[in-house]
Amino acid sequence: MTIETIGQILAKHPFFAEFQPEHVELVAGCARNVRFNPGEYLTREGGPADRFFLIRHGMVSLEVATPGRAPIVVTTLREGEIVGASWLAPPYRSMFDARAVELTRAISIDAECLRKKCEKDHYFGYEMMQSVLRVLVKRLQATRMQILDVYGE
Amino acid sequence: MPAPVQSSDPFVPEIYRVGAVRRELADVVTIEIEPESGGRPDFLPGQFNMLYAFGIGEAAISISDETKHGGGFVHTIREVGAVSRALAAMEVGASLGLRGPFGTAWPVAEAEGSDVVVVAGGLGLAPLRPAIEALLARRERYGQLAILVGCRTPEAILYRHELEQWRQRLDIDIEVTVDHASTDWHGNVGVVPSLIRRVAFDPDDTLAYVCGPEVMMRFTASALHEAGVATDKVYLSMERNMKCAVGLCGHCQFGPSFVCKDGPVMRFERISPIFAMREI
Ligand SMILES: Cc1cc2nc3c(=O)[nH]c(=O)nc-3n(C[C@H](O)[C@H](O)[C@H](O)COP(=O)(O)OP(=O)(O)OC[C@H]3O[C@@H](n4cnc5c(N)ncnc54)[C@H](O)[C@@H]3O)c2cc1C
Ligand code: FES
Repeated sequence: MTIETIGQILAKHPFFAEFQPEHVELVAGCARNVRFNPGEYLTREGGPADRFFLIRHGMVSLEVATPGRAPIVVTTLREGEIVGASWLAPPYRSMFDARAVELTRAISIDAECLRKKCEKDHYFGYEMMQSVLRVLVKRLQATRMQILDVYGE
Repeated sequence: MPAPVQSSDPFVPEIYRVGAVRRELADVVTIEIEPESGGRPDFLPGQFNMLYAFGIGEAAISISDETKHGGGFVHTIREVGAVSRALAAMEVGASLGLRGPFGTAWPVAEAEGSDVVVVAGGLGLAPLRPAIEALLARRERYGQLAILVGCRTPEAILYRHELEQWRQRLDIDIEVTVDHASTDWHGNVGVVPSLIRRVAFDPDDTLAYVCGPEVMMRFTASALHEAGVATDKVYLSMERNMKCAVGLCGHCQFGPSFVCKDGPVMRFERISPIFAMREI
């Protein structure tokens, strides 16, 4: 059995599907494998957005705490999706609690390390921004549909 | 698409009796109805009947199943106005009028040899249920089969029992998502089009059946397109107010089509140019 390197795992993740191989290697230098048991938090609302995650297996829910009630789940994310975008823009604070609903394996990417590489190589930085933006635009569309409350029961 | 099946005289309602009533959700009821005399006409998955609450009026209601021994129809009704409330309030033994079945059907036979993705939003699962049952009855004739269901909250999941039964099968992918939930719910949260990328199918050889509120169908058609499914392989079930149900009065006009006879199941390719027009 051969063990995959982080670079190989990243290259196969849908988020990096269209990245140049040398750029995937740049990211690999900031990445490590992580694992969360059900109930463990990947990020906390208001906490430092110093990492972002690519989910390999499992399920993560993005939640907003509400006083005196169970937290509201904004969305759930699964294999092939990313968790965290607040690392891209100041003040680098997480907007949601991100909680593992099931055993979740992910790649954790050090945000400061990645930001430095984006600054140093603007071509790479642009590719990175475009990819995150693509995900954010899709999530924005989905959120709009959620807000429209289309089922109107 | 199979030709519509017409009843003997489309303007004369047949008398049916309510044989069973089941409350599905706070505002949704399922009724089983049997003809007072004779047999019921044949129907195809996706077709609808005009149900007549005497003294109140008629409404188009999709056929969501046949009764256990095949002698009658099953209809699932959301209480939104006078007719649907009267139908939903009927008790066992009550009588009602029925014209139908009318309209086009889901292309079940045409999908043989292909993958099928079924996307239902809210009550949209009702007209899809006979299609799902037909696909499952001849499961070996299809490739991958995915059923994606979206609704507002965990409490609003329609046909929970059937979903659980289908989920036990190892030969279909079933995903359910809700738009709004607290952490008490352990399933997916998010809109139903977002489930499309989570299931396996070959976009070059897939038929998709979509039914739900129009906004949900628009988002779903666009997600299917993004996943590589051609617009001539995507079928939607349209809803417009109906009167005659046989293409004469024009009440259900949708661009150049009449939903009662050219639909309700329509190929997205055919309607996409007018689908997004606000005034239609
Ligand atoms: C082909 C076809 C199949 C249909 N299948 C079903 C079905 O299986 N089950 C079912 O319950 N309905 C179904 N409908 C919808 C149903 O025919 C309409 O909701 C109908 O208008 C109900 O009549 P009513 O007199 O109760 O309400 P109306 O007096 O016509 O409407 C009352 C109010 O409710 C609003 N309203 C109407 N329809 C809806 C709706 N669908 N959702 C939310 N608000 C609405 C109206 O804008 C109005 O304000 C179908 C419609 C079509 C065209
Ligand atoms: S309902 Fe009369 S034309 Fe369709």
